[in-house]
Amino acid sequence: MNRKQKKMLARILISAALLIALNFAPVTGWARFACYMVPYLVIGYDILIKAGKGIAHRQVTDENFLMAVATVGAIALALYEGSGDYTEAIAVMLFYQIGEWFQSYAVGKSRRNISELMDIRPDYANIEKDGKLERVDPDEVEAGSIIVVQPGEKVPIDGVIVEGESALNTAALTGESLPRDVRAGDEIVSGCINMSGVLRIRTTKEFGESTVSKILDLVENASSRKSRSEAFISRFARVYTPAVCISALALAVAPPLVRILGLGLPGGWETWIYRALTFLVASCPCALVISIPLSFFAGIGGASNAGVLVKGSNYLETLSQARIVVFDKTGTLTKGVFEVNGIHHSPYDENSLIEYAALAESASSHPISKSLRAAYGREIDRSRVSGIKEISGEGVSAVVDGHSVAAGNGKLMDRLGVNYIECHSVGTIIHMAIDGEYAGHIVISDVEKPTAREAVAELKKCGVRETVMLTGDVERVAESVARDLGIDRAYSGLMPGDKVEKVEELMRSRDPKAKLAFVGDGINDAPVLSRADIGIAMGAMGSDAAIEAADVVLMDDDPMKISKAIKISRKCLRIVYENIVFAIGVKLACLVLVAFGAANMWLAIFADVGVMILAVLNAIRALFVKKL
Amino acid sequence: MKKSYRIDVDCANCANKMEIAAKATPGVKDAVVNFMTLKMNVEFDEGADHRAVMQDVLRNCKRVEDDCEIYL
Repeated sequence: MNRKQKKMLARILISAALLIALNFAPVTGWARFACYMVPYLVIGYDILIKAGKGIAHRQVTDENFLMAVATVGAIALALYEGSGDYTEAIAVMLFYQIGEWFQSYAVGKSRRNISELMDIRPDYANIEKDGKLERVDPDEVEAGSIIVVQPGEKVPIDGVIVEGESALNTAALTGESLPRDVRAGDEIVSGCINMSGVLRIRTTKEFGESTVSKILDLVENASSRKSRSEAFISRFARVYTPAVCISALALAVAPPLVRILGLGLPGGWETWIYRALTFLVASCPCALVISIPLSFFAGIGGASNAGVLVKGSNYLETLSQARIVVFDKTGTLTKGVFEVNGIHHSPYDENSLIEYAALAESASSHPISKSLRAAYGREIDRSRVSGIKEISGEGVSAVVDGHSVAAGNGKLMDRLGVNYIECHSVGTIIHMAIDGEYAGHIVISDVEKPTAREAVAELKKCGVRETVMLTGDVERVAESVARDLGIDRAYSGLMPGDKVEKVEELMRSRDPKAKLAFVGDGINDAPVLSRADIGIAMGAMGSDAAIEAADVVLMDDDPMKISKAIKISRKCLRIVYENIVFAIGVKLACLVLVAFGAANMWLAIFADVGVMILAVLNAIRALFVKKL
Repeated sequence: MKKSYRIDVDCANCANKMEIAAKATPGVKDAVVNFMTLKMNVEFDEGADHRAVMQDVLRNCKRVEDDCEIYL
């Protein structure tokens, strides 16, 4: 609680105590009025002053004004009627203030909660000076400096590890709880927590350009981009309050006039004025104006804790309406690295075939050669290889351990006069011939991410009607990946420019309410990311281009996060609609009851404060996204 | 030019009112008030003196919502 809240709590308690005590005090007439004015002013003086200032500034239609008119009116009525029942007016003010206090407390609490969730801001960086560590402001560290990160500390700036080995906790960035092992030579992003060893890091960026600053900036400014629901509410509030004031005035004046002039009955002014005042009390729009932005704020906060950065409330809203999800293949659904995926028809055992292939390809820098060497996994002893010949467009031949080895495509085999077996697998096929005999083939292909299939199924389950895959790869690969993952349509052989066109085509043919989301790895997808209704970039740790271009950024590259993001947005929007319907519904019902005289001021204020408290509690629910 | 200011205000509706007041101030191209993070992002017109403009913004905000503060 801050100072303001403590002071308000004291005022509430004093006023409530006085009010209860006065109920038992046998005072009457003007003395009674004077006594009751004490708790009233204790609890309501600031409202009265604000209302007065509002009138002076011609800003008459706010909730202070509503409360001031309603309570002053009720007191005046009690005076006029001589009933001496001031309790009601004071209670209205009291409950109104309790509501405001609760709201301020809840908002402050969730502000703190969310900033704790995103507690990745490093406070200092360690620089070594004369053999001693010195703490400096990360802002002052230049790119290219050496910083030291000790166990338990946050990595303050992006860089490359020069010395040391450790496990990193990236949970604050990615929501992933498994630690990541790093060693010298690895790139490291700021915001991770160093868990075990001391790391010396050469910074590659300044603090302001580092991942952690970018993320903080993004999250802090996220809720500034307002959603349509929020815009609706602020427009609503602007029209609503004046409308209520006019209705209240009409309720006070019109029925009595009709009774007097039209029906020849006594006017019953007191009744109608009382109803009009109650009407004002019931009408306060606080529940709406606070709970809607709070829901979005909590939703965005919860999402960022799960490793999903949403750049604005408007994007959260669009994401919840995503019905078509378009994927880029490489790097999104597949790992984007080529791996040995199978070995067929070989008389040799798999390891020795790979060994021959890796040794024969040891001099090549082709990606395929790299993946063969990666599959071999051990240091390559170049002295075992001689006579390496690269045959462009076909493969390589070499002498390994005295055996002549050829590795390449069908053309190479044809030229060497070796009979080879065609492969039906999708990918790049390396046929091998050892000492002139066919030795089988190695299939190298891009590997689907382990969670990709499940991710697509999960999207279908949460209401995505169509999944589409775009790729620059050949049709056979595209078809096989699409079939394997359960994707509805695949378009292959696309250049980056064609992808934009394809997305535009899909957007023209869809029903305008079904939003199209594009998911890419953000490296060459920037134009498509910005063209789609909502652009989702994955695996963005350290990639600035993706953070710039996308509307939603998934911090790690797990495709399961896509459906998670959609579920988070759905939950948040559901809460927003619940609050809108609930608050407006209760308000309207209450106003009708009041107009017909079926509800008094007590009910009106309970409805007002109750709805507000429930709406705020409901809004905070948007923060909890772990189990989605 | 864009600048971000820390603000203090008690209710969401008041924050909306501040936003409207800030937007209407001469020299301000666009303004967004974020109640949840208590920040005001202001985009100034080309060539406007942001210090002078912010004084006007503060005055206009005080007029619509007495109990507010912008930390300039």
